Amino acid sequence: MGQTIAEKIFSQHSGRKVFAGDFVIANLDLVMAHDTTCAWAIDPFYQIAKKVWDKKKIFIPFDHAFPAPNVAMAKLQSKIRVFAKEQGIPVTTDGVCHQIMSERFINPGNLILGADSHTPTGGGLGALTIGVGSTDAAIAMATGTCWFKVPQTIRIKITGKLKNGVFSKDVILKIAKEFGPEGGNYRILEYGGETVRNFNVPARLTLTNMSAEMGAKAAIVEPDEQTSQYLAENQRPSEFDKNTLWSDQDAHYEKVMNFDVSNLEPQIAEPPDIDRVKKVKAIENKKIKIDQVFIGSCTNCRIEDLDVVFQIWQKSDLNSNVRTIITPASKLVYLQALAKGYIEFFTKKNAVILNPGCGPCLGRHGGVLYDNEVCVSTSNRNFTGRMGSPKALIYLASPATAAASAITGYITDPRNYL
Amino acid sequence: MNWKFANNINTDLITPGRYNITTDAKELAKIVFIEFRPEFAKKVQRGDYIIAGNNFGCGSSRETAVTALKACGIKAIIAKSFARIFYRNCINQGVLAIISDCIDFGVNDRLVIDLKKQRIININQKKQVKAVIPSLIVKLYEYEGIIAYLKQNGLNSLEKLFPKT
Repeated sequence: MGQTIAEKIFSQHSGRKVFAGDFVIANLDLVMAHDTTCAWAIDPFYQIAKKVWDKKKIFIPFDHAFPAPNVAMAKLQSKIRVFAKEQGIPVTTDGVCHQIMSERFINPGNLILGADSHTPTGGGLGALTIGVGSTDAAIAMATGTCWFKVPQTIRIKITGKLKNGVFSKDVILKIAKEFGPEGGNYRILEYGGETVRNFNVPARLTLTNMSAEMGAKAAIVEPDEQTSQYLAENQRPSEFDKNTLWSDQDAHYEKVMNFDVSNLEPQIAEPPDIDRVKKVKAIENKKIKIDQVFIGSCTNCRIEDLDVVFQIWQKSDLNSNVRTIITPASKLVYLQALAKGYIEFFTKKNAVILNPGCGPCLGRHGGVLYDNEVCVSTSNRNFTGRMGSPKALIYLASPATAAASAITGYITDPRNYL
Repeated sequence: MNWKFANNINTDLITPGRYNITTDAKELAKIVFIEFRPEFAKKVQRGDYIIAGNNFGCGSSRETAVTALKACGIKAIIAKSFARIFYRNCINQGVLAIISDCIDFGVNDRLVIDLKKQRIININQKKQVKAVIPSLIVKLYEYEGIIAYLKQNGLNSLEKLFPKT
């Protein structure tokens, strides 16, 4: 019987041919734990080991709240720095973990563990990148392995050409509406179809990133020329076999779902759940006043996203009642934005540019919301209290919708500006 | 008592990001549901149960959500279904995460969990409900977590936890 790409990757990393339902103990190519989850992994790690299994295969980024906004966070980061130094692992402060891993480390066919729920992001490069908690990360740092039950795969086939003003974020919001917060639980979501083939890797990373919100164990796009191009742009050789690192014709899927996106309009998720998705046009009519726009996070703040923001803001000033915050996803994206003149342009528009990292996404720093405030965010979570006060309201949308809303001061369809 | 919750209770509600900045389990026990159900941390007693609907523990991977509930003395978390990272974190910490539909149980109903027969017995309502409690969960519950298991049995003992396929 044929295998899915996920079953192939699990097989390659566990030394035998496995299928959905099998238990495996698999060898890992990389383990990531960040400035909070790593802190919780240190004590369990030292209970079972003295030294990490391979210091070159452990990645510790400080991104969730860096530089430390308070003493409690400084204490966690200090604890991690001591651990990293003892183990000879560098601490990276160059941006959001998933973005840095995509730029620097993830290769097609890899099996990677990350102590962060949005780890499925890296699957946009044709790897299996799986989110876990800190105990699993501790065991993985000690042994280089992790136990898995090979999950079922759901194939999501996306077809149709996107209209102007509609992006991969709108596509994934539409899919999230269908799936709901549990629709992908324990599953691999495998994205294919002509629309996905035409997406570059940054657009694919938005699909795989948001798959975490549907409960997926991992999300994946089979690697192709787009993947090779992305790796080349990031000064990395592409060493994958395009012929074998694809799902077989006769692979078993739990389900195949088809989405035609040719008539899709810009989408927005109302608080507090991922599947409360509406057309932006329908919400626009309500003239919902907003207090903050956040353009950032592992979902949407790559240079391609900032290209769109730059385009939309060409002829308009930003609304002075709105705080507009931009956090480039990585140092590389920051430097690209600098070279393109965006940092000066955005700053003159009175947007606030934060250092690369998670920014205000998780409510710890950099733009915390107060009671009854409304935020349009390009991130992935609109949970109650996620960005600050439990009375604040978070709407999730594409960078284009966020940029258009920053101009008008209410939730706005970006096609008015494109 | 039984603390009842609806569907899609996420880990941002259990241990919100702004308070979730410590490795101290006792401190974490004080912030459980701090905004979503502020009386929880004060009133919860050792041996209490959580009874929830679908997809309990969705969202962030933060293991503190499990650490905090464990530190509060929650005896078992019973839900119609769990989000996968939370479920793994429960397994690893030796917390009984039990898949069962007990949503119609009363807040004060007394419960007994039969791990062998995979049932939850409601003494007040005089009824039994089927439960899914994989042997891996029972084993690591008895060891009080995977770290204790590995300490006792060695790092190579991981594969002994799983059925041969």
